[in-house]
Amino acid sequence: MAKNVLRLEDVTMQFGGVIAVNNLTMEINEGEIVALIGPNGAGKTTAFNAITGVYEPTNGAVYFNDELLVTNYPQGKMKKLYAGENHGKYTHRVSHTPDYITKKGIARTFQNIRLFKSMTVFENVLTAMHLRKTSNLFSATFRANRKEEAQMRKDTEELLKIVELYDVKDELATSLPYGKQRKLEIARALATQPTLLLLDEPAAGMNPQETEELTAFIRWVREKFNLTIFLIEHHMNLVMDISDRIYVIDFGKQIAQGVPAEIQRNQKVIDAYLGVDEDE
Amino acid sequence: MGKTLQNRQENKLRYLPAIIALSVLYIVLLLLDNVLPANTFTLMLIPVLRKGAIYSLVCVSMNLLNGFTGLFSLGQAGFMLIGAYVYAIFSIPADQHAAVYQYFEGGAIQFSIPEMLGNVLGTNAGNFLGAIICIIIAGAVAAVFAALIGIPVLRLKSDYLAIATLGFAEILRAVFQWNGLGAITNGSNLLRKYTTFTDMNLQLGSITIKLHSLFPFLIAMLSILFIVLLINSTYGRAFKAIRDDEVAAEAMGINLFRHKMYAFIVSSFFAGVGGALLAMFQTTIQAAAFKTAMTYEILLMVVIGGIGSVSGSCIAAFLYIACSEWWLRFLDSGSFLGITVPFFRDGFRKVVFSVIIMVIVLFFSRGIMGDKELSFRGLISKLQKKSKKKEEADNG
Repeated sequence: MAKNVLRLEDVTMQFGGVIAVNNLTMEINEGEIVALIGPNGAGKTTAFNAITGVYEPTNGAVYFNDELLVTNYPQGKMKKLYAGENHGKYTHRVSHTPDYITKKGIARTFQNIRLFKSMTVFENVLTAMHLRKTSNLFSATFRANRKEEAQMRKDTEELLKIVELYDVKDELATSLPYGKQRKLEIARALATQPTLLLLDEPAAGMNPQETEELTAFIRWVREKFNLTIFLIEHHMNLVMDISDRIYVIDFGKQIAQGVPAEIQRNQKVIDAYLGVDEDE
Repeated sequence: MGKTLQNRQENKLRYLPAIIALSVLYIVLLLLDNVLPANTFTLMLIPVLRKGAIYSLVCVSMNLLNGFTGLFSLGQAGFMLIGAYVYAIFSIPADQHAAVYQYFEGGAIQFSIPEMLGNVLGTNAGNFLGAIICIIIAGAVAAVFAALIGIPVLRLKSDYLAIATLGFAEILRAVFQWNGLGAITNGSNLLRKYTTFTDMNLQLGSITIKLHSLFPFLIAMLSILFIVLLINSTYGRAFKAIRDDEVAAEAMGINLFRHKMYAFIVSSFFAGVGGALLAMFQTTIQAAAFKTAMTYEILLMVVIGGIGSVSGSCIAAFLYIACSEWWLRFLDSGSFLGITVPFFRDGFRKVVFSVIIMVIVLFFSRGIMGDKELSFRGLISKLQKKSKKKEEADNG
């Protein structure tokens, strides 16, 4: 049996009276590429944010490498307001900021590209290596960390060469074409040395050719860096092509899961999301 | 192997122009203090240079926070106030306490660090070392206050942070003027008689070399150097990442609170150092002078110089001080180059100055330098490009 990398148990995310993610339970095994799909507003990005510490789940638990990462139960005002399931199953609270979770080995990209605007391609990746520094403010200021700094720069160069962005390393990140910005964002996430990579709509706004390149790139990245990949995507071609397994959610609730072929045939998924190609 | 050696030599050579420029500057400053006779020109020039150096440091420290970390803080005058007072309190000579603290029975603190060191090392060395120690203590106290105030305040964002820090600075001003603390702060009265720039002398046998201008330049330069090194380190990159995109920075493993705190503490430390230097420059200080207007003035210099540019801040600080204290003086004095203009009377300088500032902010909103830095290499390559273009134009 494959090792669990990420496991969500009954994760519920409620904002006021609205349940954005409802009792989501899922497993991602080592080396898999798993996709999370669903209509707009189904709670996909919210689920990502609950994993990466941007939000704190209202109820439920997240395990990373079989270690408890985040857990919470309805407290305070939520005690009365809570409308989800499994009330009372979880009894304590473990919460971390996103930087801690990144240090643990979960890196992510964003739906709307969030590169560091004032920095070059090189600096963008170099900045993401900050988390592995061992120097403190003073030793870094007085350049007592030369070795570490040189290593960071060398690794950045190597990483940029691997992802074929080395020739544009001194250009401003935001001046790159869209496809390359996406690629750079993935490279920046890789610089944090993750074991699990979360991609939030990596192909958004890409043309079919760029999407195809991206598909190959994601697959190649998984092999090269020994990664497990969890992604949100609307491009069905990419999802069906690349994913080992797919989870489908609608209104925050999981409506199906399985291998791509099963999902394509699943009536519930077709009704809620995939629809029938009427044009053809 | 050969290549790295060459690189290393190149690296060393890279700083050569800067080192030469600095040495020239220091020699000029020494000459200004020691050789040049006091006339109307030097009487204006020297104070403007000193004050310019002090404001450069304060601007750069504010730029570290506002320009490089993206934290819009307006507490600068408050931290300068702490620095100025701490410096003054620890360096008033013991026998002057009765005179300075005349309404508070000679005050609570009865020692002076420069004097204590002077007893051991001689007056000049004591003054020099004592002043440096007092400046460091001044910065450290400002930094401690920053750390304490930072815990609640740095959780706020943009405008709210500005309002909170502004309020903090105002509260501080009120506290320092409060008679209840009079035994230490002298209430709303002046602090004076402490060690100033004119006490900075070097005794070589029977010759006394004055370091009056060199001292503020040296301290400001070292402080700015520290900030520049910090900005170019891995921590500096983390600060810039926070400025560019907090969410992305956090997702890249940068602890927001901790790094904001670092920037806030370092910035406040150097604001405190700047305040101490300002106290030395003014020879007397009073909490009432550290108003919000002072923070705005500094912010203005930072904006004029370019948010996110250290050299821009320095250039703007010198220009601003020179304009407000010197070059625009004629507007107040009634005549200019022999021409008498009825408009030129007290206060008109401020009108013209405001117009200039408005023009700058409206038409050069990115400031003098934008977020670029001034460097010899950049200047040289620019000149080369120009001459190349000229050549091409000539050939074509």
